[in-house]
Amino acid sequence: MKYLDEFRDPEVALRLIDEINELASRRWVLMEVCGGQTHSIIRNGIDRLLPDSVEMVHGPGCPVCVTPLDTIDKALAIAARDDVIFCSFGDMLRVPGSDEDLFQVKGGGGDIRVVYSPTDALQIARENPDEEVVFFGIGFETTAPANAMAVYQAKQEGLENFSMLVSHVLVPPAMRAILDSPTNRVQAFLAAGHVCSVMGYEEYFAIAQEYGTPIVVTGFEPLDLLSGIKAAITQLEEGRATVENAYQRAVRREGNVPAKQMIADVFTTTDRNWRGIGPIPASGWELSERYRDFDAAARFPIGDIDTKESPLCHAGEVLQGTRKPDECPAFGKECTPRTPLGALMVSSEGACAAYYQYGRFAKAASS
Amino acid sequence: MCLGIPGKVIEISGEGFMRTGKIDFDGIVKEVSLAYVPEIEVGDYAIVHVGFAITQLDEESAQETLALLRRLDVVDEELDPEVALAAERRRAGGDTP
Ligand code: SF4
Repeated sequence: MKYLDEFRDPEVALRLIDEINELASRRWVLMEVCGGQTHSIIRNGIDRLLPDSVEMVHGPGCPVCVTPLDTIDKALAIAARDDVIFCSFGDMLRVPGSDEDLFQVKGGGGDIRVVYSPTDALQIARENPDEEVVFFGIGFETTAPANAMAVYQAKQEGLENFSMLVSHVLVPPAMRAILDSPTNRVQAFLAAGHVCSVMGYEEYFAIAQEYGTPIVVTGFEPLDLLSGIKAAITQLEEGRATVENAYQRAVRREGNVPAKQMIADVFTTTDRNWRGIGPIPASGWELSERYRDFDAAARFPIGDIDTKESPLCHAGEVLQGTRKPDECPAFGKECTPRTPLGALMVSSEGACAAYYQYGRFAKAASS
Repeated sequence: MCLGIPGKVIEISGEGFMRTGKIDFDGIVKEVSLAYVPEIEVGDYAIVHVGFAITQLDEESAQETLALLRRLDVVDEELDPEVALAAERRRAGGDTP
């Protein structure tokens, strides 16, 4: 495709790496926030081509990975009901809950359907007026415009058999939580380009200033990533900390205004407990008062849930950049994509899955 | 599910929140909502998330970015023999990212 190929030009990539090499006078630690960026970095070997002075640590930007365990357990309980058609994005199916996953519930007779878009779930609700249709509305800011529109349309149409189990998470509060952590090593962020294409990047200026941390809005192709890294290193070397946009073809400062308006109508900010990380204040969206009737959690009350994580899983440290996937003792042994112990091994955006898929086994063998 | 996929708008129908379009993702054509990109036209590129076009790709700035990246290279290689040498060594080694 046009654009894509050009942003993969290996000649230009190698020159950018040379420039980064010349710029970096000491060791710097950068975090790419988004799981899509992590995959691109590992797939293209960008972390290995970079000079030793630039270390990339992988961020929490995998929505599947950070969806709270009690929400997964709630989804499993709702999906198992006889009167429910449960619709989900495909990557949620094998995310481990406390005891099982959606795939197993499906095997046990649950009517679970994988959809590409929340509007597909709406269509299923229109076609099955006698059944309850629940959509698992998770994700970062990128899926929120779609999920918000589905709820908005359901209300417009009076589609009473549709509801959504909402567990949205937000990037900027997570960046603050990482910088606030006493074990933080991150000195600059590559902000998630597609999150910014929705929300813009106004909000990041305060973070850059308060923490003295450069933030560069970055895309997903090799040249995008290297340009973002170069811009971040330049700021660090010059002792500056501001917000730059290295993904101008897709991101405007104000973001997508109609999408933001729809989100503001349908969702409201809430505290969220991130899987592996813990509670982060004001870091999620739930349905706003006007749309509470469509809240699946309220429609299908589930009693107290006793959650339990695998004791072998180090997902929290991986998500916060203090441990690499191949430094987890279970990586590639007890934990593989076929037998995942944590969500990071399941998701197409999870760091552990990326390391496994692209054969990064070096450290696991020796630990 | 979080990954945005770029594609080209090849057909548009409907209006307002019901505006939809056929988008060509390198051979695979899908119907997506254009509710959030009211200004997009046939022939434009968009990034699509779970059935919704979220951003129109700005061709001009894409070309500017590329031109800038390429120009930097050429200028550096001309002016700095170290850079040129390092680049040649890499090319000779045949390793690509
Ligand atoms: S390799 Fe598996 S067990 Fe280890 S942190 Fe990743 S998901 Fe958890």
